[in-house]
Amino acid sequence: MSDPIVKISGLNKWYGDFHVLRDIDLAVEKGERIVICGPSGSGKSTLIRCINALEEFQEGEIVVDGIALGPNLKHIDAVRREVGMVFQSFNLFPHLTVLENCTLAPIWVRNIPKKDAEINAMKFLERVKIPHQANKFPGQMSGGQQQRVAIARALTMNPKVMLFDEPTSALDPEMVKEVLDTMVDLAEEGMTMLVVTHEMGFAREVANRVVFMDAGQIIEANTPNEFFAAPQHARTKLFLSQILR
Amino acid sequence: MSDIASSSFVRRDLLTERPAPVKTTGFVGLMRTRLFNSPTNILLTIVGALLLWFTIVPSVRFLMVDAVWSGKDRTACLAENAGFAVGACWPYIQAKLPQLIYGFYPEAERWRVNLTFILAVALLVPLLVPRLPAKGLNASLFFFAFPVVAFFLLHGGGIKGFGLSWTAGLLELFDDSIIGAGQAVLGLSKTSAVAPLLWVVGNFIVLVGTAISWLILPLTWLRDQIQGAGQSVWADFAVTTAVVSLIAFGLGGGLRTGWRALASSIAAFAAIAVVIKLMGLDRGGLPVVTTNLWGGLLVTLVVSVTGIVTSLPIGIALALGRRSSIPLIRIFSIAFIEFWRGVPLITVLFFATYMLPLFLPGNFTVDGLVRALIGIALFTGAYQAENVRGGLAAIPRGQGEAAAALGLSWWKTTSLIVLPQGLRHVIPNLVNSFISLFKDTSLVSIVALFDLLGSLRASFSDPKWSTPSTAFTGFAFAGIIYFIFCFGMSRYSLFVEHRLNAHRRN
Repeated sequence: MSDPIVKISGLNKWYGDFHVLRDIDLAVEKGERIVICGPSGSGKSTLIRCINALEEFQEGEIVVDGIALGPNLKHIDAVRREVGMVFQSFNLFPHLTVLENCTLAPIWVRNIPKKDAEINAMKFLERVKIPHQANKFPGQMSGGQQQRVAIARALTMNPKVMLFDEPTSALDPEMVKEVLDTMVDLAEEGMTMLVVTHEMGFAREVANRVVFMDAGQIIEANTPNEFFAAPQHARTKLFLSQILR
Repeated sequence: MSDIASSSFVRRDLLTERPAPVKTTGFVGLMRTRLFNSPTNILLTIVGALLLWFTIVPSVRFLMVDAVWSGKDRTACLAENAGFAVGACWPYIQAKLPQLIYGFYPEAERWRVNLTFILAVALLVPLLVPRLPAKGLNASLFFFAFPVVAFFLLHGGGIKGFGLSWTAGLLELFDDSIIGAGQAVLGLSKTSAVAPLLWVVGNFIVLVGTAISWLILPLTWLRDQIQGAGQSVWADFAVTTAVVSLIAFGLGGGLRTGWRALASSIAAFAAIAVVIKLMGLDRGGLPVVTTNLWGGLLVTLVVSVTGIVTSLPIGIALALGRRSSIPLIRIFSIAFIEFWRGVPLITVLFFATYMLPLFLPGNFTVDGLVRALIGIALFTGAYQAENVRGGLAAIPRGQGEAAAALGLSWWKTTSLIVLPQGLRHVIPNLVNSFISLFKDTSLVSIVALFDLLGSLRASFSDPKWSTPSTAFTGFAFAGIIYFIFCFGMSRYSLFVEHRLNAHRRN
């Protein structure tokens, strides 16, 4: 087996005195899809935000594609270039059109000429099925469309890993599916994905592994079949009984 | 919509779209529904009408109906000669107009002021109309080339050297001040209790100064050589062009991609050369008109345009500094903003004009107008900083996080994501400060600068035009001028706001 593309070892994080992440160890292989679930406040969002250094941490190490990110956050920019992120609240840039949202980072971070960046961005907008909206502003689109643009925007940087922080939680029920479909397509193309979500259907269909977190620690990690059919830990059983009725 | 009361309902035919009902209210309808529809509204309508009657009618009477439109001196504007109660005395404004626009600027040189005004309009109007192309070139001409040209046009005078000798001179001044400080410390060491320490420190500073003077020796030597030869300006110009172009070439990417940078650098210097030649700057330039002769609208516009253009960058820098995570920058920004906001503008102007010279080294003088300009720019900058900070605070944290997650650095996140959004939020506040600055320029008249209002008041003392309505006419005229500029800014800001906030409309 090759080296894992994301390797988290001994990760500890405190907010003031509050110990949010406790001794997290997690290795993600290339092409692996991991779904992280757990009750709110369990630290799952904080964990994936640590991977691209949106959060600092006090102890431990994260290695992304051979680039080590220690507590002093030295290689932030190098890591962020390899990791794409999709947020719960989309965080599109409202003053820029959809196309400009998707070309900003390639132009200003990768120094790609504007023409090439636009051609490339259109390719990704076609993949998320909204090429005809390229000149609209994000505020003129539905939540599901915005989230798909956000996915396209992250993909324009050719990331090796994609992080999804509850990508469907802020959407109307009717729009959840279109975003999940996009994510399934992405998974089928072999993208390495870490997804924080409550969509257990997605976990069953797509994930290689489901990681259950509570109180800042990993309680249980297993293949979806095992995880849903035969949860081991009492806390996991309780959680699953709450959400799968 | 009939059987909705029964508990089950299934629509069989979807409703088709209908046009909205037509509004049927005409003038009478408006009167009935909006102006006279309740006792309170009837009362408010009557009060409003009376207010209009008592303000507009007398103004129109004063400015137009009862006004005197022609005459040679005060006699035309006296009631006994005109035959009626005289309102505005417009011939007085006509006679004093040059003074109100140019102040004491020599009559033979006034074409220079006019040319500056024309240049300003010619550069500003295309900048303000969004449809016109080449905004980048236009902006750099207006913000960088125009101020220099305007200075040599309005003030006059020429140049003795160029980039090389200026750099050399600046470095020399810097070095001299270091050595001076070292010698001052050495002087102190003779009497102080901690003499040995001061002696060491003083000698060290002098040593550093001497080292620097050796370091810049090639530069000063070259400067002296150029000064010694004839055509010193052009020799210096050529050297500067070569050096700057080479640097641009190197930074632009050298042999592979640097040619564009090289070409634009040479083009810029060629343009500068044309300007120098046209204005004869190498041969002493235009006759000098010192700033104490400037006045009227000229001073008002110079002060306000400089203030507006410089205060916004100052404000943005301070606002970013105030949000910085580096304590030194944050504390400096807070202290700076709070100091300037806590002091009245009049105090700032007095301080800049009468006390600053006491603190500066003896041979170092700053022009009176420039001192007022700096004071006003810093004062307004502090206010703009707080306006900008309000806009920055309105940007959700997620915007910065999304930009960071894409790999954008702090500078790029700030300039591409945070500032463009933040500034759009606060356009009304920024323009509010600009308008307030425009009117506050009238305060410079208390530090012996004759702006529009100052020139106006000076003109009141002319016995040739002293009539009962002179002062009223003058103030009415000044009021109209101020109003035109301020209302123009206000309307333009609405236009910009509407245009830049296109993304917020659905």
